[in-house]
Amino acid sequence: MRTPTFLLICLAVSAAVFAISVALGNDYIFFAGYVVMQYVVLSTAWNILGGYCGYVNFGSAAFFALGAYSTVAIYKLITENDFYRMPMPVLMLIGGVVSGVVGLGMGYLTLRLRGAFFAIATLALAVVLQTLIVNWDYVGGSRGAYIIRPEQIEPIGSYIRYLFLIMMLLAVAAVTIARLIEHSRLGYGFATIRDDELAAEASGVPTLRLKLIATTISGALMGMAGAPFPYYIGYLQPASTFGLDYAVNSIAMPLIGGTTSWVGPLMGALLLGSLQQIATVTISSAVNLLIVGCLLVVFVVIAPNGIVGLSHTYLQRKPEDFVGRRPVDADASGKVP
Amino acid sequence: MIFSFDLLINAVVSGILIGGFYAAVTSGVSLSFGILDIVNIAHPAFIILGSYVAYAANSSLGLDPILTAIVMMPAFYLLGAGIYQVYYTSFEKRGQESLRGLAFFFGLLFITEVSLVLYFGVDYRYVDARYIGPSWHFGMLDIPLRILVPYLVSLLLMAALQIFLTRTFVGRAIMAVAQDQLALRLMAVDPIRIKRIAFGVSIATASLAGAFLIIIQPVEPSVGREYIGRVFAICVLGGMGSLPGTVIAAMLLGVVESLTSTFYGPSWAPAVSFGFLLLTLAVRPAGLLGR
Amino acid sequence: MNAAAVTAAAHGLLRVNNLGKRFGGFVALENVSLSVAAGERLGLIGPNGSGKSTLVNCICGTLRNEYGSVHFGAQKLDGLDAHERTHLGLARSFQLPRPFVSLSLADNIRIPLLYTVAMRRGHHHASREVEERCVELLCEVGLGDKARRLPRELTQVEMRKLELARAMASEPKLLIADEAMAGLTHSEIEDILALLVRLNEQGVTIILIEHIMSAVMSFSRRLVVLVSGRKIADGAPGDVMRDPEVERAYLGQ
Repeated sequence: MRTPTFLLICLAVSAAVFAISVALGNDYIFFAGYVVMQYVVLSTAWNILGGYCGYVNFGSAAFFALGAYSTVAIYKLITENDFYRMPMPVLMLIGGVVSGVVGLGMGYLTLRLRGAFFAIATLALAVVLQTLIVNWDYVGGSRGAYIIRPEQIEPIGSYIRYLFLIMMLLAVAAVTIARLIEHSRLGYGFATIRDDELAAEASGVPTLRLKLIATTISGALMGMAGAPFPYYIGYLQPASTFGLDYAVNSIAMPLIGGTTSWVGPLMGALLLGSLQQIATVTISSAVNLLIVGCLLVVFVVIAPNGIVGLSHTYLQRKPEDFVGRRPVDADASGKVP
Repeated sequence: MIFSFDLLINAVVSGILIGGFYAAVTSGVSLSFGILDIVNIAHPAFIILGSYVAYAANSSLGLDPILTAIVMMPAFYLLGAGIYQVYYTSFEKRGQESLRGLAFFFGLLFITEVSLVLYFGVDYRYVDARYIGPSWHFGMLDIPLRILVPYLVSLLLMAALQIFLTRTFVGRAIMAVAQDQLALRLMAVDPIRIKRIAFGVSIATASLAGAFLIIIQPVEPSVGREYIGRVFAICVLGGMGSLPGTVIAAMLLGVVESLTSTFYGPSWAPAVSFGFLLLTLAVRPAGLLGR
Repeated sequence: MNAAAVTAAAHGLLRVNNLGKRFGGFVALENVSLSVAAGERLGLIGPNGSGKSTLVNCICGTLRNEYGSVHFGAQKLDGLDAHERTHLGLARSFQLPRPFVSLSLADNIRIPLLYTVAMRRGHHHASREVEERCVELLCEVGLGDKARRLPRELTQVEMRKLELARAMASEPKLLIADEAMAGLTHSEIEDILALLVRLNEQGVTIILIEHIMSAVMSFSRRLVVLVSGRKIADGAPGDVMRDPEVERAYLGQ
């Protein structure tokens, strides 16, 4: 399937989901759906670096929070100086740029070394960014920051519907980007990095540059997912924004879904995300996260290729046939990065 | 001027003392990550587990935390050996340690932390012992015993580990396992068994380090996360698996952190370790004592 | 220096100058100089640990040499990344095959086509052309019927053939084959030797690193011997093998 067709199908599905949600007439669906869509973006973004290149990022929460706090900073700037209110897509773009640049910088410092160092650095990054935010009074410091969400937005209606819609579109964009990468020259390059970097270099793959591209795209998408969050939550606090649930979910979802294709993170996020939304209503959120942690460990131990891998074993097909790297579209792959 | 000199000396000394404790915290990672090349990011979570074990024994039976930790070391050893067995069969043997192995330890970190939250709650817990509270004064120096005692026991632990690694057969085999598994096999030593022992020992140190931690400061389940940056920064800076290097790097970090919190405020201290880590990785990935 | 070596020094495709590399206190290479002319068939031999692989790694950019320099044609290679050297026309096969395990055989071949050949030409081929070229290259090494298989389904011999095919796919000027024949049977060695000779006849310069003396002797037009990181002999195979120092240091073991 060519990319435009795929995109059209995604948009049609999204429109249908939105229409059904509106028809149900309960705004709770939008609150829950927003979180699920946010996880689709986070887990797809994580997988671009983690699943495709094999580099583990434990700092999803940090990239997410960077996006969120860039929105808070802009919000403060605007409300204090009475500037023109920026539309949400612009805020998302800014959040994406901030996170992307931080991802690039950190990748540049650590990606020359063994993969483990990058993973450790991302873990530490979350702690440090949190320290910085806690000490930065302008965005509320440890007390947190309030964002006043507009009640209505024309022509969609309540603001939460608008946020849900925009997050769903970002999810569509993220999945489309992931799929495009997977079937392009870049995707082949990423796979060689995951398999064997020495051999990749010997075949002419500029591994460092490709890793930096992956880190930047992945970080930018996470930042974009974080940008609308202050408007969603209304009150942004460092402890919850940097909470482990983002870090653990964005790793658990792709690994449980399956990391080798765009389908895995999407399925993982939809399944786990919805389950958690249902479970938070019925059981406590700590138990909820414990379950995710246990699922993660169980899946990495017994089902290395996640649900996608399991379903193919069940259907007696090799996952590789499905992931089947197709011939590169000369037009889709573009110039040499 | 004299006032700030006074502050400076106190900051440096308390940095060195805390550094000794950091060395004990890092020793396990130096073994697992430095020598065995297992990226056990869950190590700080096991340290917190150690803290809570010490807390439970202290609050219900009134036992000394350090004594409890020493008694509990075999249990932690077995836990570590068990984890290594799962890690080996699920990841190392299949050559998947880089992605899934890391995720596995991340999951363990998470499960440990959330279980502690569910069982003990998120309140800060602390222990009682005779050496918690009083301080020794030497002129302008002010040394709290609750920091001095862990410091001294930490140095003992480091010395014991160093003797174990350099003087005993198993210890030498551990040092060799990273370099030449074939040679070990030729000597009829099973490298997997050696790694299992080493990983067990590395987790056993977490029991003691956990007790030190809860003696030094009140503990809640997420405190461990602050130590992730620290332990790996120290491990890398110390030259990946060299125990003397670990002690030096730990004290260096301790002093820099202590100076930072004295002169810029304690809320900045967690950022120091990360700066350290990034700087080390960017400038000197072989570590302080590395070539 | 014999006549062949003198010519090589004058118009070398690859010129290694006083190369040195240490690992801690261990001297892996010491003042190694070597020149390879375009179109040559060079054998590089030496006992285990003599520095052959270190030399290859320094030439290909996997390791950084401490001193000395490497030139490839008019280009100085020092400081260039491994992939940049591949783009310039330097290819290698690894001593232990390192296939891309998650990619099919055809896709393994596709990587150098996408990242080196396309790069060099500055444009992309239509996907069908790339596809055909992959299969063609696999056929050349006798793996044509396994294009859709994964590397883990291959035997050791096939793995080595894949390794060679991937190196050939980058259309190199110089191919360094690092022990491409270890553990193969006599007829398999013949296969690979024939393949290398055919490549050489198409104009590819080849450096063969090999322990199997019969293969080296039948293939090489010139022989270089490394012992303990130093070059102790360089010349026509027959002369080199009669060199008393070579006999003592290498064959005497």
